[in-house]
Amino acid sequence: MALKDYKDIIHRCFRCGYCKFTSDYSYLGFNCPVYSKYRLESYSPGGMMWLIYASLVKGELKPSKHLSQILYSCTMCRNCSQECKFKFNEDIVNILKAAREEMVDKQLVPQIVGQFLTNVYDYGNPYRELKQNRDNWAENTEIKHYEKGDEFLYYVGCVGSYDTVSQKAARALGSVLLKSGLPFGFLGSREVCDGNEVDMLGEKGLFEFLKEENTQIFKELGVKKIVTLSPHSYNALKNNYSNEFEVFHYTQLLRDLVKSGKLDVSRGFKAKVTYHDPCFLGRYNNEYDAPREILTAIPGVELVEMERTKENSFCCGGGGGNFYTDILGSGKDSPSRIRVREAHDTGANILAVACPVCMMMLEDALKAEGLEDELAIKDISEVMNAALL
Amino acid sequence: MGREELIYNSLVDIAGEDLVSNEPEDLYIYSRDGGTTKPRRVDYVVSPKTVEEVQKIVILANKENVPITPMGGGLTLNGLVIPVRGGIVIDMKRMDRIIEVNESSRYVIIEAGVSQGALMSYLKKNYPDLQHSMPEAPSIATVVGNLLIRGHGSLSQYGDNSNMLNGIEVVLPTGEICQVGSCSTSPHWFSKGPLPDLAGLFVGWFGTTGIVTKASLRLYPRPEKRDMVLFATQNPDLIPDVICKITQTRMADNIGMMEQEKPEYMKGYQFIGVIISGDSEEEINYKKKVLGKIPQACGDSENKVTLLEEIPPSSKERFLEEPPFAAVAADFRKGGGFQYCGIMMPIEKVPEAWRRGIEIAHKHGMLFQCANQVMSAGHEVMFGFNYSFNRADEKDVERAKKAMEDTNKLGLELGGIPWKADLQAQKQIVEKMDPNTFELMKKVKKLLDPNGIMNPGNWEG
Ligand SMILES: Cc1cc2nc3c(=O)[nH]c(=O)nc-3n(C[C@H](O)[C@H](O)[C@H](O)COP(=O)(O)OP(=O)(O)OC[C@H]3O[C@@H](n4cnc5c(N)ncnc54)[C@H](O)[C@@H]3O)c2cc1C
Ligand code: SF4
Ligand code: SF4
Repeated sequence: MALKDYKDIIHRCFRCGYCKFTSDYSYLGFNCPVYSKYRLESYSPGGMMWLIYASLVKGELKPSKHLSQILYSCTMCRNCSQECKFKFNEDIVNILKAAREEMVDKQLVPQIVGQFLTNVYDYGNPYRELKQNRDNWAENTEIKHYEKGDEFLYYVGCVGSYDTVSQKAARALGSVLLKSGLPFGFLGSREVCDGNEVDMLGEKGLFEFLKEENTQIFKELGVKKIVTLSPHSYNALKNNYSNEFEVFHYTQLLRDLVKSGKLDVSRGFKAKVTYHDPCFLGRYNNEYDAPREILTAIPGVELVEMERTKENSFCCGGGGGNFYTDILGSGKDSPSRIRVREAHDTGANILAVACPVCMMMLEDALKAEGLEDELAIKDISEVMNAALL
Repeated sequence: MGREELIYNSLVDIAGEDLVSNEPEDLYIYSRDGGTTKPRRVDYVVSPKTVEEVQKIVILANKENVPITPMGGGLTLNGLVIPVRGGIVIDMKRMDRIIEVNESSRYVIIEAGVSQGALMSYLKKNYPDLQHSMPEAPSIATVVGNLLIRGHGSLSQYGDNSNMLNGIEVVLPTGEICQVGSCSTSPHWFSKGPLPDLAGLFVGWFGTTGIVTKASLRLYPRPEKRDMVLFATQNPDLIPDVICKITQTRMADNIGMMEQEKPEYMKGYQFIGVIISGDSEEEINYKKKVLGKIPQACGDSENKVTLLEEIPPSSKERFLEEPPFAAVAADFRKGGGFQYCGIMMPIEKVPEAWRRGIEIAHKHGMLFQCANQVMSAGHEVMFGFNYSFNRADEKDVERAKKAMEDTNKLGLELGGIPWKADLQAQKQIVEKMDPNTFELMKKVKKLLDPNGIMNPGNWEG
């Protein structure tokens, strides 16, 4: 919906601040990653609501670059919608998104956001990487392209395809899927960006374009079931594409494969593991169990929870395109560094993730914190791959 | 370099670039609150982390003669953190360390920006046998902001929350860091000490006499179970007697009263919610039994107090949730606006306040809604006249503003005193105040803040 459709709702925000917290008001810190970093009221969800109302509805403030900077620092983690106690809570992130659409229309997006969107339009990915390089992550593996009749399309997404850290997860998942014997394949150079971040950044037209392109390829190839590496892709494909495809996040599929005995994890994996819930799997799609069920099924894994977990998980700071735009920036108060410290406090030696964006954000943070000797970031697919017979 | 640039750059040197702003968008937010106060100018906002940073800001403000307004959660709704004469808003919420809990002497030392929510969750997790008196305000309200305005909370049997203050660290308007209470003389922050009560120089002053950076707050035992007893009456005249009888039992952790005209079935009823606690069902049941007998001793067959045996879950939640979702009132008119006039008054004035409160609400075309709290053993009542409004509708805002003014007037006429008084109410109070008292206030202020940089415009009459 467009911002004008929310005009009778935006001003209902009381700026009471429930949206800054976890559901149990965790003393560890505020759960809005933006407010947690900047600590000025304007960077809180309520502050943003008031600014949107003042500048884009009431016209009291001129829409500006600074407003745009504030709005685009939001990672769209959805904590605010979840914790706002009012009836209109579901609309909060939608309002944020609609406000960004206005910023796109007014050509006021930060330069780096513009660059992200242009790159996706021109190259099908935010990195300005050539389309044919989308195959590279699978080089020297037996993971093959999708062919008609394969049961599953393995949708990798931009980050898993191009980011060197996250490619490890893409390969590990491919390897696990191979071991399961399921007929599957990936698109490689035919895959284009799923558009989740484009949608979150408010470029509705481009999102529709990407959706169309992907849908057309899926249809051409007769795809029925899709398994995604990234929860961001999962969110876009499951909730915002047409419902003719059955979409799974990989943790859901692997959980079922372990349960049905198609994957045998009895080799085990000895480690104390803590798991970081990605926003687009958890808060957006309510999937908290599958990753945990996988980890606890692996002999030798001791799962310990962080203080802020499941619904209360603290965003890594990479959502809403921030993994690329980096508007939230680095520094010791950056969400990813806070999260890594929180994981370290559990005494775990593995911080397990189920999202390539979280993986790259947390990997960088781990280095910045100098904790590489004590904690390793691993995707669940990597843990699983190591545990398979 | 111009003066404005110099001040901005100096603030950046003190707190860091990300935590200082003079951008119109950031200032917009600090120039208004959720109540009816008209926006006022703010020139800079800064969010310090340490007492040294606060000290440097104060020294800068003296040098440049620029006003400072300290802000916690900014939730008084009465414009108290919106500067009257522009200048710097110091957002204290980044000073958020919980420094020490002393389990045997039952106190906690916190920095000024610790939120009510954070302290509650910290105690629940680490000291489940201890609790602090938690107000119904949204949890982002700071513990210190609340102490400094004589707020009240879930343990009002022990008095208002300022009564629970053991001591503070404060940056004086002239820049010295000063300890008040036992901590001035001992390493332990266990009480105000057998010393002159200097904390009074900072409580109730609305940030005009210094910036509190740390506080020691009393904690209390947290029993395992909480429950409630609910009474209803249609005759407010019975209320002082009911409260007297409840407090006589010494069994109430907290007593709240409320009335609202919507939904229809609640209209005309005053509800009295008594929060009780205990370590066993037996203890709870005993308290329920004792309190349950109170209606028999109050009123007559015409004017009754009723014990509500079956409490609807929504009412239970309204009273027992920690903290209760009192902010729900901000959406009553689907408009994100809410302000309440809290009048501190003697208990015997409650019936008249009730009746005339209804008249005021109706006069301004609003529904009557109140939420009151009894302090200590009935020594004082905070009568909260609630006004919800639609902030997108100027007329509605104005209506609520007028209702607030009339209510403050009523409060003073009844012999009460408006709590967390906005500028208008401060004026009304000062007009009624003994002139010598006001002179004393002015002398104290002049002595502490010779350059008049601390939140000027407040308590000036
Ligand atoms: C829905 C709702 C329910 C409420 N229920 C209650 C309730 O049950 N009990 C109750 O007591 N209150 C209640 N309040 C009122 C108010 O929100 C609280 O009292 C709150 O705790 C005030 O704290 P704050 O941090 O918001 O203070 P602020 O509004 O930020 O500050 C209050 C005053 O203290 C000054 N100040 C703040 N910090 C400092 C400092 N460090 N040094 C010097 N001066 C400082 C400010 O300048 C200001 O004058 C309620 C409010 C709302 C919106
Ligand atoms: S978004 Fe909801 S919880 Fe947050 S400030 Fe607004 S009304 Fe309050
Ligand atoms: S979506 Fe997340 S980052 Fe954005 S305002 Fe809400 S809580 Fe903050």
